Amino acid sequence: MMRKSRKESTAKLNQNGLTKRLLRLRVNGEVKEVATETNKTLLEVLREDLGLTGTKHGCELGECGTCTVLIDDEPVLSCLVLGVESEDADIVTVEGLMRDGRPHPLQRAFADLGATQCGYCIPGILLTSRALLDKNPHPTREQIREALAGNLCRCTGYTKILDAVELVVKGEVA
Amino acid sequence: MREKKFSVIGKPLRKVDALAKSTGDTRYADDLELSRMLYGKLLRSPLPHARIRGIKTDRAAKLKGVYAVITGADLPERFGIMPSTQDEEALAGEKVRHVGDPVAAVAASSEAVAEESLKLIEVDYEPLKPILSIEEALACTEESERIHAWNRRANIQKAVSFEFGDVVQGFAQADQIFEDTFFFQGNAHLPMEQHCALAQYGPEDKLTIWSSTQTPHYLHRALSKVLKLPMSRIRVIAAPVGGGFGGKSDPFSHEMCASKLAMITGRPVKFTLTREETFYVHRGRHPVKMWIRTGVKNDGTLQAMHFRSFLDGGGYSSYGLATVYYTGALQTVSYKLPVYKFEGVRVFTNKPPCGPKRGHGTPQPRFALEVHLDKIADKLGIDPVELRLKQLVEPDSITVNGLRVSTTGLRECIEKAAARAEWKKKFHQLPYGRGIGFAASAYISGAGLPIYWNGMPHSGVQIRLDRGGGITVFCGSTDIGQGSDSILAYVVAEEFGVDPADIRVVTADTDLTPVDLGSYSSRVTVMTGNAAIQACRKLKEMLFQVAGEALEVPVDDLEMAEGKVRSQSYPKRAISFAECVEKAETKFGTLGATGSYSPPKYPANYKGSGVGLTPAYSYSASIVELSCDPETAEIKVEKVWIAHDCGRAFNPLLVEGQSEGSVYMALGEALMEEQVFRKNGLHKFPSILDYKSPTTLETPEIETILIETNDPEGPYGAKEAGQGFLLPVIPAVANALFDAIGVRIDELPITPDKVLRALEGRLKPVSVPSFDFPPPIKWRPGEGVEVPQKS
Ligand code: FES
Ligand code: FES
Repeated sequence: MMRKSRKESTAKLNQNGLTKRLLRLRVNGEVKEVATETNKTLLEVLREDLGLTGTKHGCELGECGTCTVLIDDEPVLSCLVLGVESEDADIVTVEGLMRDGRPHPLQRAFADLGATQCGYCIPGILLTSRALLDKNPHPTREQIREALAGNLCRCTGYTKILDAVELVVKGEVA
Repeated sequence: MREKKFSVIGKPLRKVDALAKSTGDTRYADDLELSRMLYGKLLRSPLPHARIRGIKTDRAAKLKGVYAVITGADLPERFGIMPSTQDEEALAGEKVRHVGDPVAAVAASSEAVAEESLKLIEVDYEPLKPILSIEEALACTEESERIHAWNRRANIQKAVSFEFGDVVQGFAQADQIFEDTFFFQGNAHLPMEQHCALAQYGPEDKLTIWSSTQTPHYLHRALSKVLKLPMSRIRVIAAPVGGGFGGKSDPFSHEMCASKLAMITGRPVKFTLTREETFYVHRGRHPVKMWIRTGVKNDGTLQAMHFRSFLDGGGYSSYGLATVYYTGALQTVSYKLPVYKFEGVRVFTNKPPCGPKRGHGTPQPRFALEVHLDKIADKLGIDPVELRLKQLVEPDSITVNGLRVSTTGLRECIEKAAARAEWKKKFHQLPYGRGIGFAASAYISGAGLPIYWNGMPHSGVQIRLDRGGGITVFCGSTDIGQGSDSILAYVVAEEFGVDPADIRVVTADTDLTPVDLGSYSSRVTVMTGNAAIQACRKLKEMLFQVAGEALEVPVDDLEMAEGKVRSQSYPKRAISFAECVEKAETKFGTLGATGSYSPPKYPANYKGSGVGLTPAYSYSASIVELSCDPETAEIKVEKVWIAHDCGRAFNPLLVEGQSEGSVYMALGEALMEEQVFRKNGLHKFPSILDYKSPTTLETPEIETILIETNDPEGPYGAKEAGQGFLLPVIPAVANALFDAIGVRIDELPITPDKVLRALEGRLKPVSVPSFDFPPPIKWRPGEGVEVPQKS
């Protein structure tokens, strides 16, 4: 009945004797070495091997945006790339948005304006927003909308999320 | 009420968990990992309806890395959310009743091994004829065609019938009678977090489960029943819920199986459902067909209404018993209705079970009612806003079906929404292809009766004060993103005059926190808020006593503000809160207090009068402006105005957030989302890609207008602010479409295909089945127990 999920193919590969490998990943500015299966997605490596559970998953099929991380400053769905493909890149997760132990202005704006309800979509949305602002520090509301169109949120109706990003654009975060 | 100005209530403060949620610190159920943890998976039925002749699990059990395999025989006890309709099994015993019904569960060293082992389980099914629609269910009345054996009439879960007032006479007094039919398609909650449960069973024979549940208390009861363990040996912890909307309010198979497998293996077991599984676990909005007949005077005054609803319940009861009543209960709460008849039936079909989704059983009839009224206004040549305004339910009144209305801000909601949207200027005045629509609604602030009928409180709060002035609040309530943890902090901070950020909130843990019934029916703010105030006031009595002595100020002159206990007349006479706590502990011993809340008594006493009761009704009015391209029938919602009587906005940011999320969800239901099935019982769209829901691009600007009516039953006057907003938006969309292009779509979702068919005159009216409803229960106001109004 159910469609084949990615996990099933994983199981097959395992039976075919695929072994682990030592991955060197640069995550949030630190180099991490981890021995893991080569067929694991970056999402799985981050959550299961590195304990970075701030990155969430809503589908593991590339459809919801929840698992977004930054790879070399570009928002990427971490459920669609393999851990091994992410070596030699700069990976940023929500945990890496903090600066010197202080939340990023986006993180503060989201908290201040009530843009986090259940919070589950928020890490992905924060990273997509940061990638946008890095490239275009003064986007219009319409441009923010477009940038976030691949990140689903079921709680907020997006309104306060757009407001929070705009607040950062205006430089008005306390 | 109190004169004092609020220091916390009404302020746009951060939620207590807002930073944790935006830094990735919040640990949801699937973020938890325990040592030696195993991964669980469920084998689900590929068939919609089949008898199970046998299951062979030995090959799966032998697979390397598999620790245990269980089937229905291991968990035979039935369960379900409603005590009188316990028809679910953790794993199907004799029969499967929908595609996705679980039949076996495994615990293995990894998810991959668990999945691999499922393929080795052989189930011998004898396929049975599936029943996939309301009509088929009503037609399949033979004993041999039953989906369940326990219900009285084959495939009818529940049929109800009520008559309030003299219906024949009511219709006889009408100048005109209008009749319409409607269909509200089912849809899914689609929380971004998939369900997850992690269970651990210790050598001391105690079970702990962390689950993404909105109702830890009911899960506690169900686990005890199914596992045959006393509740005292089970600890349920609701992890922060990554979106619920009603979809995580039932006890679920994966929770039972995680627990059982943990007991068998002696190791922690975690189940995380896939996105596809969430569509089959479902419990979403019921598909409902509706028929409505209304008698009115020529000036639009309602004389009598007869409403019928037919609910497609899916394979199990879930909350359905309540849902069927809800489709008939709240029609009477917004507009004066002297005579009302309601008949409703919920059938079983071989599809995933439906349950409560935001608005639980009321968005469907509200859609029907508000579009029906729009049609009546149009035919009578009356402005639809005026039609409503002339017959609003009065405050402090009792409706024809015995519901007690205390405060209502509906008039203000309607007037303010109409003014902000420039209704008068736009209605009937916008160019072809652009339109504006209006609708209003009412919702409950918590169910008046608990699911298990007993005399115990619906909500309990315990507060502990420590020597450093620290305050910890314990409550069983469950934060599903709506901010219930913050609500507790705000109340306690307001009462003690301290900063909410200084308060620790411990919630949703059955070992630590007093029972709160759960995050459903928009009950949490009203019930936990009242319970928390009660607990605070007990402590304040002690604190004021010692402060009065220390400051030599009469107790009734004392107040708590700015972290101090001080004289109101001479604010300089003050001691710090922490010092006051020390003195109180010295005098009274360890400081703690409890508070609890139960809703008031209600006026009606007929059988079935329990649904629709509430401490207070919230009211909403919405105006939607949209454009529709007559060529492509593409609809673009331009703007939504929503006015909501929330009694008192505890935190306007949170209330607006609930409003915006509700409007968004309503637009998805109105225009895009549908949970529909193929002839073989498979879901047509079991993925986020195929199940269309609004993104940032489809979500318009939303303007929320908050109306405060200060309800005597609510904490600081607050009423519901989580679900009611959704209700008027859906019919307002349909009404706006009519204003834009002159066609009525009485069937949700309103897709371009339906609009084009309607424009070409090819859209058939919704057909409604015939059904022999039971003889009605008759009741009139005044026949029950009269209950005095609070004022
Ligand atoms: S988890 Fe949904 S896109 Fe990756
Ligand atoms: S805050 Fe819950 S999904 Fe976005």
